[in-house]
Amino acid sequence: MNMSFLDVFPRLEGFDVDRHLQAATPADVERALRRDEQLDRRDLLCLLAPAAQPYLEEMARKARQLTLQHFGRVISLYAPLYISDYCSNACTYCGFHAGVDFPRTKLTLEQIEQEAAAIAATGIRHILVLTGEAPAQTPMSYLTDTVRLLTEHFSSIALEIFPLDEADYRTLRQAGADSLTVYQETYDRETYKEVHPAGRKADYVYRLQTPERGARAGFRALNIGPLFGLAEPRREAWLAALHARWLEEAFPDVEISLSLPRMTKAAGAIPPRYMVTDKDFVQFMLAWRLFMPRLGITISTREAPAFRDRLVHLGATRFSSGSKTGVGEYAVRSQEAAPEQFAVTDNRSVEEVAAMLRRSGCQPVFKDWELV
Amino acid sequence: MSSRMGTQWSCSVLLEAVDVTEYRKTANDALLLGGVRFSSRLLTGTGKFASRELIAPMLAASGSEMITVALRRVDPKAGEQDILRYIPPSVQVLPNTSGARTAEEAVRIARIAREAGCGDFIKIEVITDNRYLLPDNAETLKATELLAKEGFIVLPYMMPDITVSKQLHDAGAAAVMPLGSPIGSNRGLEMKAMIKRIIESSKLPVVVDAGIGRPSQAAEAMELGADAVLVNTAIATSSDPVMAGKAFALAVQAGRLARLAQLAEEQEYAQASSPLTGFLR
Amino acid sequence: MPDCRYFLFTMQIILNGQPVDTADQTLRELIAEQGFVPDAIVAEVNFELIKKEHWQQHVLQDGDTVELLSFVGGG
Repeated sequence: MNMSFLDVFPRLEGFDVDRHLQAATPADVERALRRDEQLDRRDLLCLLAPAAQPYLEEMARKARQLTLQHFGRVISLYAPLYISDYCSNACTYCGFHAGVDFPRTKLTLEQIEQEAAAIAATGIRHILVLTGEAPAQTPMSYLTDTVRLLTEHFSSIALEIFPLDEADYRTLRQAGADSLTVYQETYDRETYKEVHPAGRKADYVYRLQTPERGARAGFRALNIGPLFGLAEPRREAWLAALHARWLEEAFPDVEISLSLPRMTKAAGAIPPRYMVTDKDFVQFMLAWRLFMPRLGITISTREAPAFRDRLVHLGATRFSSGSKTGVGEYAVRSQEAAPEQFAVTDNRSVEEVAAMLRRSGCQPVFKDWELV
Repeated sequence: MSSRMGTQWSCSVLLEAVDVTEYRKTANDALLLGGVRFSSRLLTGTGKFASRELIAPMLAASGSEMITVALRRVDPKAGEQDILRYIPPSVQVLPNTSGARTAEEAVRIARIAREAGCGDFIKIEVITDNRYLLPDNAETLKATELLAKEGFIVLPYMMPDITVSKQLHDAGAAAVMPLGSPIGSNRGLEMKAMIKRIIESSKLPVVVDAGIGRPSQAAEAMELGADAVLVNTAIATSSDPVMAGKAFALAVQAGRLARLAQLAEEQEYAQASSPLTGFLR
Repeated sequence: MPDCRYFLFTMQIILNGQPVDTADQTLRELIAEQGFVPDAIVAEVNFELIKKEHWQQHVLQDGDTVELLSFVGGG
């Protein structure tokens, strides 16, 4: 019988995170910071606590040192490729959810080819494929064809699609996909139920166990994370990191990464219940790095250029660049404005981001590895 | 060239591989002791050698520019030659006050050494503990004060202690020489934690003296931030002191370069306010 | 063959911690008598350093404490 994160999760869920966050003292934070050996979940909590805010600089120095040791002066670049915005879910926070009325698009294989060529022309070799959740529009055959096509252009193919069974993941793995991205959105079950009222996504447990299924199916890398803004952020950060560590221990040969997508106050949209400030964002990143020195940290173009540039020295290991978050925006219908899942704030081209990285003393890496 | 031939090097081919003098030429990183510049950060000693003939070749191989000597009553039966004859004129002689058990005795030896033409450098070594040969910090401090007033360039050998280190600075010492571990023990940096603190707080150059048994320990001391190291026993008692001298010299250089690289890295982010997260304020 | 002065004017000094009978002589003569090479020696009489150039003039007294030192190997 396979072990699952669900075996340990209830204990973590039941922990009174808020009380311990408030109770953390400067002495607790200092103790966590001074530790030479691996930090435990209590240390992580202290580093995520308000009490740790005056210690950000010290955390940053230590985090930077660890990042240098484990990752060197290298940032990996990738680009997202939205191939279909059909979606049957009703996630209240998403621009693509079933209730939003806009003409949905799904790219044909020829169009995917065009998009891929356009992206590859910028130097990108790691691609992230995204779809909404609409198995009817994007069945397995479509997905495997897409993956196979993309292997012609890219050395690493990551998938951020709807959760699948292990068998389907294995099929996609065999077609050439190597990485899996799936965000839990929120680890808080109550909130999860609220914001996912309908569709397959309403199944909390199935989603929670998705990364494990991917690992068992043979994916080499897993990228997880909460969508900050839905539930209390510090607790989300704590649970997400514990999920990451569990995965790291359960699947030692898989690269684990965390992301920090955060909701912003966009015009017309429902304002997020919780705002994560830049300071909080950095604190979470640094705490994660100290908790898991080998953790990948992925930053998307949701974040502003100036902020992203700073993150280079704070433990980020992967950046998206030159991103278009609307279906067909790279080539097929680059003239029109396609509906976007989220607003891209960092609109710099791949070359501009690469140049920024070099100026910061980093090497942008387009091709980290490829499956042979 | 594989056999030992008196003062010849045993493996000159190996020794040619890295040129000690090359590094010395690039010395913008000179060691300043008492206003005198030294391009080598390896101090050596003349004690315990199997043969005094090895001292000069050891100095040549290691590039050491300062070497300690002791003052003793002449032994009419021994018929020994004065050790100063074995030290090239380009190398600074550093007399030590070994044998002194009080500050007064140390002062006396220092004066004698200076009168004998050794110059103003003096290493204060006052040991009252004969079991572990640990220096007496109180007497050392007294001697430092007296000798500094008389214009000596005082290098006090001390038991690592931050307070005493500061007092030695105030007393006019030109450096502080905390022991790594007891003389002759070759146990390396037993006193690492304290030495680190002294390095952090000292306004004077820090020379780690005593107990350095392996080149890697010398490198470690330099990486910690020591300004120099003094190695005697490990070199003198090596089966090939000339090669050992070279090994230690290379280790000291390696450790020093590592330290400078580390400082450059810190310099990258050394600003008055928070550099990495300052933008969040 | 002993010098006749030796028998006529002996005195005792402490030389390097040991009592030693010696003739009435200068420091320089004492050092030569003991068989030392002057260059390598440092001399103290009654805890006072006597410079090499003064050895010739410095006459020893009965009961003087003389220390003859030289530089040796040391750490």
